[in-house]
Amino acid sequence: METKQINLKIDHIPVAVPEGTTVLEAARSAGIKIPTLCYLKDLNEIGACRICVVEVKGARSLMASCVYPVSEGMEVFTNTEAVRKSRRLTLELILSNHRMECLTCSRSGSCELQQLALEFGVDTVRYYTGRPQPQPETSTLHLVRDNSKCVLCRRCAAACRKTQEVGVIGPNDRGFQTHIGSAFDRDLNEVDCVSCGQCVVACPTGALTVKDDTQQVWAALADPTKHVVVGAAPSVRVQLGECFGMPVGTNVEGKMLTALRRLGFDKVFDVNHAADMTIMEEGTEFLHRLQEGGTLPLITSCSPGWVRYCEQHHPDMLSHVSTCKSPQQMFGSLVKSYYAEQAGIDPKDIFVVSIMPCTAKKYEVKREEQRMANGCMPVDVSLTTQELARMITAAGLMFTQLPDGEVDPMLGMASGAGVIFGATGGVMEAALRTVVEVVTNGEMKPLEFKQVRGMQGVKEASFELPGKTVRVCVASGLANAKQVLDGVKSGALQYDFIEFMGCPGGCVNGGGQPVQSAEIRSFTDVRGLRAAALYSQDQRMTYRKSHENPYVQKIYSDYLEKPGSHKAHALLHCTYAPQKKYRV
Amino acid sequence: MPNCKTVVPYTGTKEQEEALQEIIAAHKGQSGATMPVLQAAQELFGYLPEEVQIMVAEGLDIPLSEVYGVASFYAQFTLNPKGKYQISLCLGTACYVKGAADVLTAIEKKLGISTGSITPDGTFSLDACRCIGACGLAPVMMINEDVYGCLTPDQIGAILDKYN
Repeated sequence: METKQINLKIDHIPVAVPEGTTVLEAARSAGIKIPTLCYLKDLNEIGACRICVVEVKGARSLMASCVYPVSEGMEVFTNTEAVRKSRRLTLELILSNHRMECLTCSRSGSCELQQLALEFGVDTVRYYTGRPQPQPETSTLHLVRDNSKCVLCRRCAAACRKTQEVGVIGPNDRGFQTHIGSAFDRDLNEVDCVSCGQCVVACPTGALTVKDDTQQVWAALADPTKHVVVGAAPSVRVQLGECFGMPVGTNVEGKMLTALRRLGFDKVFDVNHAADMTIMEEGTEFLHRLQEGGTLPLITSCSPGWVRYCEQHHPDMLSHVSTCKSPQQMFGSLVKSYYAEQAGIDPKDIFVVSIMPCTAKKYEVKREEQRMANGCMPVDVSLTTQELARMITAAGLMFTQLPDGEVDPMLGMASGAGVIFGATGGVMEAALRTVVEVVTNGEMKPLEFKQVRGMQGVKEASFELPGKTVRVCVASGLANAKQVLDGVKSGALQYDFIEFMGCPGGCVNGGGQPVQSAEIRSFTDVRGLRAAALYSQDQRMTYRKSHENPYVQKIYSDYLEKPGSHKAHALLHCTYAPQKKYRV
Repeated sequence: MPNCKTVVPYTGTKEQEEALQEIIAAHKGQSGATMPVLQAAQELFGYLPEEVQIMVAEGLDIPLSEVYGVASFYAQFTLNPKGKYQISLCLGTACYVKGAADVLTAIEKKLGISTGSITPDGTFSLDACRCIGACGLAPVMMINEDVYGCLTPDQIGAILDKYN
């Protein structure tokens, strides 16, 4: 059915837009940007903050354009004296309640509230509430929640409830007492927070920020007794450039490798390689379960946010979750065993740093079941893309001018299959590239499984193995994962292999990614552009299947014997256990 | 926070819990079920402790934070049971201008609790109310059925000691 076109005038400019469009979006089509604060397209459209108000001819009061639908013949004015005055007053009232320590706030420069104050020329605040300011909450490993900088826009709550269906934070109390918090105002480490960091991604101010662990890394780099090793996750290389003003979707792998080396890391490996190792182990596990009648569907375990969600909300499904450690943990485990042995270094003297697009990885590195037989934790510190950018800046490295560098190949050389791990569907496609060839003993054509690509929340596909049709499903975002799990549990959905990633779009949209404003996030396909950069790197690779990676083959021939061997299990696998949702 | 988590141990019975489960089952799947279920739960238990809110969240398959958000938003819900002695101090206009705020501070200090909560032994609960129609006696408070008027903060200790 054709959508009806609505004709209206915005600031005297005639505009025709489909019925149901909001005034805010209609204005954009006329080249007019209406300022917003609480608005995040498709996620938080609640008209709460009143920054986006406009005058509508004939209306009694100013209207919130983000939720006001267009109608035939409507006349809208976005820049009148009344509008400017109202927006400014609203902003002053929000600021009256804001702990303005902008000089020392990690969101300074990327804060949407600060940007609005600049745009509106608010240089003094006439009001002051005088209320005692809440103290920052630092109970979790991955984020800091500082309600003294909260503007009550509810973007975080929407991300937690709608995108993730975890819903550990929301508005508590009412009126002047309203604040964002967990049930019974418990600390986040006492509730079923999965550490995904989507609330941090959604926050316009410094109320939710990634916990900074860079000092630990600087200290290790300065310690002559430590052999400091680093590896970055697939998606980091297509995010990092944004921190230095490069366009979304720029692949800066070469510059990133140079930067890591110049920061002083003794070895610059790559978690892409560990992703290839994950495919070898997980692919073998899948084939074993398929051929020996094991528990199916097999569900991937790369995403620690998803794993924690499963432990808390769907403990009955844990037997489906792959026993493979995540690529980050495989990376650390191999550094502190295989590499340590080859290089003749005591694993206890090695300090492993991972660079991740992810906040849940900070939690994963501390999980006790990850501990190795030699007593070491595989990874010592997990930094987010944001934190790496901070280190690069602090070191005075002019990132955009850095030459391209090379990886240390032993645990660094990867195939294209490892590269695409960073996007939703990437793990599945990488696994299929190997599984199909191992089973059919022939070369797979075509190599690409495009059915599992793209930014849709749930994708499914099937492919033929000799004597068996294998049904696969890919979902990202925990709300989508829940929907699939419910279907699997009820029997309505039947799959053999499922890939879940905790964040919508996968790691390219992780909680530790560079900050992008609502303006960018609402009207640019940020995750799609980043994912496209990964797929294009895959196309340029010499090896595109994990099992063809010579540095993967070498580890198996020199050290682990074969995928799924006893030694591989001891080093690269673990099991997960149910966790309590509530602390009562 | 005025209506904070209770310090009194949960004493819900099996019968109460079963009755709650029936109410939840009757509302499950309906949009806007949280309000009526919480109202019924408060009717059953007298207040909404964390244990009860968890039953509601699990039963309706919604996040606990959503249940708590509703329970803490509306004045009709209380997270604390009523004490053996229920103190109601009037904060209406007349009482307020005659110094009720200082009296309230004195009570909070004496009992070590804030408005809307209960002493850990369950003896006293403290609420602020609006006009009880005795403005001539302002500031005024009630402890169960007893009325105390023309209060000053220094009288509070002696009055409360009578109930211990």
